[in-house]
Amino acid sequence: MMPLLIARLTLQEAVRRKLVWVVLLLSAVFIVLYIYGFRVVVDDVEAFNAQRGGAPREIIPREVQLSVMVMLGLWTVNFLAGVMTIFAAVGAISSEIEAGTLHVIATKPLSRWEIIAGKYFGFLAMIVIYIGLMFASVIATARLVGDYTPPNMLTGLALMVLVSTILLSLTMLGSTIFSTMANGVVVFMLYGLALTGGLVEQIGTSLDNDTMIRLGVASSILVPSDAMWKLASYKVQPAIAVSFTGPNPFGTIVPPSDLAVRYAIFYCIAIVLASVFVFQRRDI
Amino acid sequence: MATTREHLTIHDAGAMSADLAIETRGLRKVYGDVVAVEDLTLSVLQGEVFGFLGPNGAGKSTTVKMLTGLVRPTSGHARLLGRKLGDRQAKRQIGYLPELFRFHDWLTAREFLDVHGRLAGMSREERQARIPEALELVGLAGREDDRLRTFSKGMQQRAGLAQALLHRPRLVFLDEPTSALDPIGRRIVRDVIRQLRASGVTVFLNSHLLSEVEMVCDRVAILNRGVVVAAGRLDELRPQGVSVSLRLGGWNDAVAAVVQEFGALDAHEDLGAGVALISVQLPAEEVVAGLVDRLVAAGAAIYEVTPRRETLEELFVSLVDQTDGMDVGR
Repeated sequence: MMPLLIARLTLQEAVRRKLVWVVLLLSAVFIVLYIYGFRVVVDDVEAFNAQRGGAPREIIPREVQLSVMVMLGLWTVNFLAGVMTIFAAVGAISSEIEAGTLHVIATKPLSRWEIIAGKYFGFLAMIVIYIGLMFASVIATARLVGDYTPPNMLTGLALMVLVSTILLSLTMLGSTIFSTMANGVVVFMLYGLALTGGLVEQIGTSLDNDTMIRLGVASSILVPSDAMWKLASYKVQPAIAVSFTGPNPFGTIVPPSDLAVRYAIFYCIAIVLASVFVFQRRDI
Repeated sequence: MATTREHLTIHDAGAMSADLAIETRGLRKVYGDVVAVEDLTLSVLQGEVFGFLGPNGAGKSTTVKMLTGLVRPTSGHARLLGRKLGDRQAKRQIGYLPELFRFHDWLTAREFLDVHGRLAGMSREERQARIPEALELVGLAGREDDRLRTFSKGMQQRAGLAQALLHRPRLVFLDEPTSALDPIGRRIVRDVIRQLRASGVTVFLNSHLLSEVEMVCDRVAILNRGVVVAAGRLDELRPQGVSVSLRLGGWNDAVAAVVQEFGALDAHEDLGAGVALISVQLPAEEVVAGLVDRLVAAGAAIYEVTPRRETLEELFVSLVDQTDGMDVGR
C-alpha cells in the first residue's frame, strides 16, 4: 500500500515536472528520423536488386540489411532508455534529502524499505512503458516500411528492460550513498565502463585475445548491463545476420549464457537490498 | 497536576513511564568528530507544551531528528509515547514540522495534505473531512487548489504546520515553526499551539525565539553545546523575587530604614531636591503594596514604582555565557 503511494508520487512528479513530456518529444523526433532512414535503406536495397536484374544471389541479403537497421534502432532505444533511467533516478533519495522533502515523509508511519520499493517500482514502471513504446515503434517501422519481422521479440524486449533495470538498481543504490551530483558521475562512469568493457570483449573476440575477453567478462560481472544488451541483440537477429555482421560494437557472435541472465537478475535484487540496507542506516 | 509536575524534574531518570510523551536517557549523537548532542536526559509529560531552547548549533534540531527517527542516535535510549524510537504505532501519533520545511511543491495544497494524510494512515473519509479543517486552522482556506510552488515561504510553513496536525497526532514536534512567518502568521501558530494544549496534545517546540516560548510553554529546557543547562517550569527557572525600582521624594534616613526592612537596597541615586531613584530586591511581587504603604506613612512621596522580573532572555543569555565559559567536559 505505502510503496504504491510512493510509486504513484514518483510517476506524478515525473509528469508534473515535465520530464516525461520532454523525453517523449525527443523520442518522437528520433522515431520520425528512424522511419525516414529505414525508408531510404529499403529503397536503396530494392533499387540495387532491381539494377542487378534479379540475379539469383544478393551480395548482402535483404534480411541482413534490414536486421542491421532494426539493431541500430534498438541500440539507440536501449541507450536512450539507459540515459533516461540514470537521469530520472539519479537523485531518487539524495535529492529529496538535499531538498528536505524527505523529512516529512520518512517520519510518517512507513519503513524506509517502503520508500525505496515505491520509488524503485515507480521508475521501473516508467522504464517498462518507455521501452515498450519505443521497441514497438522500431518493430512497427520494420514491418510496415520494410515488411521485415525480427525473431524473439518478447525475449529481446524483456532483456532490454533488464538492461535499464540494472542501471536503475545501481542508480538507486548510489543515491542512498552519494550526493546527487556524485551519484551521477559514479553511475555514468560505471555505465561507460560496461559499454567499453563490452567493446573490449568484442575486439578481443575478433583478435582472439584472451586478456581482452577476460577484461570484458570482468566488466560484465561488475555491471552486467552491456552483456544483457548483447544477448538481446543476439536474440532479435536471424542467425544469418549474426554470422554476416560478426563481432561488432552493437552485437556479438558469442551470446551470454542463461547463467549470465540469472546473474543479472540476482544482481538487481542484491543491489536493491543493499540500497535498503544503506538507507535504513542513513541519517537524513 | 501541579504536584506531579513538580517532582518530575528534567533530570529525573526514574522508571520509563506511560504518562510521559517523551523520555530520553543519555541520548548522544556524534557526527565524525563533532558532538551534536552530548548527553541528553529529559522527560516531557503528556499534554504539556515543552519549549526546547538553545542558541544556533546547540543540538536542538538533531535532538528532534533523533526523536522523529530521521537520525540514529550514537548511544542512549529514548521512548516516545511509551514506545521505542521508530515504532510504527508511535510514528502514527506524531506530527512533525521540520526546521527546513521543503515539500513537493508541484502538488497543490490539497494534494499535498492528501498524500501526507494517506502516509499517516488516514482513510479517505477522514482526509476529506480533515483537510479543509486543517487548512482553515492555519489560515490557508481558499488556497487549496494552488500549487505549493506559488506559495510564499510563510504560507509554505503554514501548509507544513497543517501537514503536522492533519492526522490529529498526540505529540507534535515543531522545529522553529515561525521562522518564515510575519507577526500575523506567528499569532496563528501561537493560537494553534494553545488549541493543541487545550485538546491534550503534547507539543515539543524548538525555538530560539524566547518571547514566543514564554507565551506558550509550560516547561522549558535550555540546551547549549549538546547539554541541557537548565530545565523546569518557567516560574521555577526565573530567579525568585522581584527587583523594584522606585522614584520618590522626601528621601531621608527614616525612609531608607523602612526600605531596608523589606529587602536589600541595590542602588540609590540622588536626583536632587530630596528626590531619589532606588532599586530594591523584594522576595515577592505581593510585598510591593505593603512597602509603598509604609513609605507613604514614613512621609515619602512616591512618583514611580516599577517591578521588574528577570526575563527568560536574561536567564538564557547568562546560562549560555556561563556554559560557554567553562569546559563542558569534552
